[in-house]
Amino acid sequence: MTDTLTKTIFGRLTWDSLPIHEPILVGTFIVVALGGLAVLAAITRYRLWGYLWKEWFTSVDHKRIGIMYLVLGIIMLLRGFSDALMMRGQQAVAFGSDQGFLPSHHYDQIFTAHGTIMIFFVAIPLVVGIVNFVMPLQIGARDVAFPFLNNLSFWLTVAGAVLVMLSLFVGEFARTGWLGYAPLSELAYSPDTGVDYYLWSLQIAGVGTTLSAINMVATIIKMRAPGMTMMKMPVFCWTALCSNALAVAIFPALTAAFFLLILDRYAGTHFFTNQLGGAPMMYWNMVWIWGHPEVYVLVLPAFGIFSEITSTFTGKRLFGYSSMVYATVVITILSYLVWLHHFFTMGAGPSVNSFFGIATMVISIPTGAKIFNWLFTMYRGDIRFELPMMWVVAFMLTFVIGGMTGVLLAIPPADFVLHNSLFLVAHFHNVIIGGVVFGLFAGMVYWFPKAFGFKLDPFWGHVAFWGWTVGFWIAWAPIYIVGLMGTTRRVHHFDDLSLQPYFIVAAIGAVVILIGILGFVMSIIMGFVKRDQLRDTTGDPWEGRTLEWSTTSPPPAYNFALTPVIHNLDAWYDMKTHGYQRPAEGFRPIHMPRNTGAGVILSGLAFTLGFGMIWYMWWLAALSFVGLFVVAIGHTFNFNRDYFIPADEVTRTESQRPQPLEARA
Amino acid sequence: MTDRALEPGENGAITWHQVEEEHHDHGGGATILGFWIYLMSDALIFTSLFAMFGVVSGNYAGGPTSREVFELPLVALNTGFLLASSITFGQAIPHIEAGRVGPTRFWLAVTGLLGAAFIAVELSEFAGLVAEGAGPQRSAFLSAFFTLVGTHGAHVTCGLIWLVTMLVQIGQRGLTTDTKRRLMCLSMFWHFLDIIWIGVFTFVYLYGVIR
Amino acid sequence: MSTSPTETHHAHGDTHGHGSPRGYRIGAGLAILLTILPFWLVMARPLSSPGLTAALIFALALLQIVVHVTCFLHLDTRSEGGWTLLSFLFTTVIVVLTIGGSVWVMFHLNANMMPMPNGPMH
Repeated sequence: MTDTLTKTIFGRLTWDSLPIHEPILVGTFIVVALGGLAVLAAITRYRLWGYLWKEWFTSVDHKRIGIMYLVLGIIMLLRGFSDALMMRGQQAVAFGSDQGFLPSHHYDQIFTAHGTIMIFFVAIPLVVGIVNFVMPLQIGARDVAFPFLNNLSFWLTVAGAVLVMLSLFVGEFARTGWLGYAPLSELAYSPDTGVDYYLWSLQIAGVGTTLSAINMVATIIKMRAPGMTMMKMPVFCWTALCSNALAVAIFPALTAAFFLLILDRYAGTHFFTNQLGGAPMMYWNMVWIWGHPEVYVLVLPAFGIFSEITSTFTGKRLFGYSSMVYATVVITILSYLVWLHHFFTMGAGPSVNSFFGIATMVISIPTGAKIFNWLFTMYRGDIRFELPMMWVVAFMLTFVIGGMTGVLLAIPPADFVLHNSLFLVAHFHNVIIGGVVFGLFAGMVYWFPKAFGFKLDPFWGHVAFWGWTVGFWIAWAPIYIVGLMGTTRRVHHFDDLSLQPYFIVAAIGAVVILIGILGFVMSIIMGFVKRDQLRDTTGDPWEGRTLEWSTTSPPPAYNFALTPVIHNLDAWYDMKTHGYQRPAEGFRPIHMPRNTGAGVILSGLAFTLGFGMIWYMWWLAALSFVGLFVVAIGHTFNFNRDYFIPADEVTRTESQRPQPLEARA
Repeated sequence: MTDRALEPGENGAITWHQVEEEHHDHGGGATILGFWIYLMSDALIFTSLFAMFGVVSGNYAGGPTSREVFELPLVALNTGFLLASSITFGQAIPHIEAGRVGPTRFWLAVTGLLGAAFIAVELSEFAGLVAEGAGPQRSAFLSAFFTLVGTHGAHVTCGLIWLVTMLVQIGQRGLTTDTKRRLMCLSMFWHFLDIIWIGVFTFVYLYGVIR
Repeated sequence: MSTSPTETHHAHGDTHGHGSPRGYRIGAGLAILLTILPFWLVMARPLSSPGLTAALIFALALLQIVVHVTCFLHLDTRSEGGWTLLSFLFTTVIVVLTIGGSVWVMFHLNANMMPMPNGPMH
């Protein structure tokens, strides 16, 4: 009787679900719990709850949401990277009789969590965060097209991230690899909560990402400042447009694949099972229809960041702007034609394999065109090697090699040898770290003064830069080598002692990257400490060329007191050369969206829905599901969603802001 | 100096700013386009489900085949309900634009009843199949059939909830800019679901019977 | 592609064309016809060849989708500055690639597999 009652209330959650027998997890939990309590206590002590809730959590300001995305991404980077350190540590010692310090059961969860977190909760939030912050400023808009939706998208991503983090301490995470390949991820082979955590967290976060992508596309199309035609739009906005349009196109495939796998696991259907006509390879097909374009969703905005920085720090207009735009569009389309190269070995015939192999090689052409555009922009430019520009150069040197190993892997016979080898793992880390991560760091260093009004500390910025670039090659060159020799990925223990030196070197490389990560965190902390020295009073600390530098740092809530009119691709450069002065009067009331807590509440309900489903607490899931509908519908009855900032308040704010050009003159 | 920039075209000076009253359209102007893009992404969810169905539509696993389980007269009736509801929604559009609350509510109510009839027929079809032992767990074909058709049905159900919500909001506030915009989105959603249904009745039912 | 300054800012929710009642009536008539035809083709079987019937009903479905999109959703080159049409075409490309590609790939699954006594899987 009490047993059934407990089962009804708690589903399959029992005391055994807590990993008290795993010392690493208990230790982590204690650290996280103490750290978390300290943060909560500090917030309470300094009475920040009201401020955080009113000014940040419920904010619909694209700049604040962008910053919150970045904070989420950096926190999750620390988690994902500690997984990487544990993997590197395990593989460096687990040779011969030594089984290493991680049981295989735990190791499998770690490599799954590492991949899942790094893509879904680090790369995506960081990219979305930078697009969120920068793009509306670059197109001269007051906010995004749907400010509330933006807030909701962010909190849905957080709900997914919290579920992943929770799996550390309550139950366990998937042991299937970061894409949860069927049939391993089916109930028959993965009966515990791991895959369910995986599915629900990604499904919830994926809804957030899709909504955010729709929002960004609508913003770029509808809210550009007058005069900014498509071909006068900064390259970063073009890449953001293509990246988000691609995200709108591909995330449905992932959502559908996860939905079908959820049905298999919960409703007993046979989509990807081995029985009754199920087609497991269809799962691979669907997740890679999402998965390959996703790489371009992430890397296109990084390309945009590199373009902006190259142009700014060489003091030149970007070389081949229109070819850059066309290359971006071509990549967007082509990226949808290559997905099968992730499973050349599944048994398809030569016609299928050669089609996808050739398409994969073709996509390197527009990418190569971009590299040449950046090189020609730098050619005879007045290059200033400040930190953002250094990241660009490091990107070009690193990414090109990753691209070339990719073309190598695109040859089906070569892929038959290298499929699922560490060579492949080294290749995609090479393009994602060298392309996306370096781009994100370049972007964060570049736009940080715009967001906070002071630059990052340059010394620690250099530590971060050299830690990452040097550490990257120490960590991944040996992995390329052992991969080429045939070592497969996701291996928990090796018998061949001759491989150990390579893995020890790789582990040292990971530690050097750790120095880079800590250097970046320190550059933020020391930047804050030394903010008076590093203050940006002009609004234009790098002699920028695009519109975001025409307003102050940080920008006021309304971004631009008067909507700018654009005459040139390099709008701010154009304004500067024509002796533009920011107006001090003649303002009108500014129409602004109102903050709302509905996004936080909806995401909280999505979280409890996911938690209830994972643990088979059907009452909780049902209640949350109904709650989602009730709150969403209730929110539509709130018609009081905007307000006006009166003109005299705008005048007052504007007069308190430093004048960019006067300060320089 | 500052005023110069504010006055467009005077002495050939460049206009740097647009000085106009702010509209109440913060993002409102983007709603139709944004909703359209959402519909495109929703269409791609259905695309994946269609692809899944296409791949396993012959995997009966010894269970009933498509010819054995599909009853075309029932499907024809259902198609009629949904198409009729699309047309009745179309009847409401001129009234919505003209701001006539009464006829708008009438045509929306008719649309909702037709939609509810569609759902009722679909549910009874599903119940019949499950009772015959042809439920979604029987074979990959039936899994894909129930999921594709059921997902469409769930969308129609959401549309019905939305429609009822709009009836309440029109009752409370009349046809304002906000409610009109929402009705336009609902209209797009409803027509979109009818388009998905064209794919379902052709690709799943009709082709399933002749294949 | 270019948007003039005034256009952007006068963009209220109504830039979406709503079509004329006449266009709507034509669309409704065509839709009814294009629904009845395929059902008749399959239920009464006037054509003996299943292949031809299948080709016809698919063609009619495509036609009906075009009718619905133009007459009911009022998609044309002018609405939203052509962006709805562009996104619709992009989506169409993705739909063709996803369905066509998946079916092509999945029915090619066993080309490089060893022959099995009972034929390929299932």
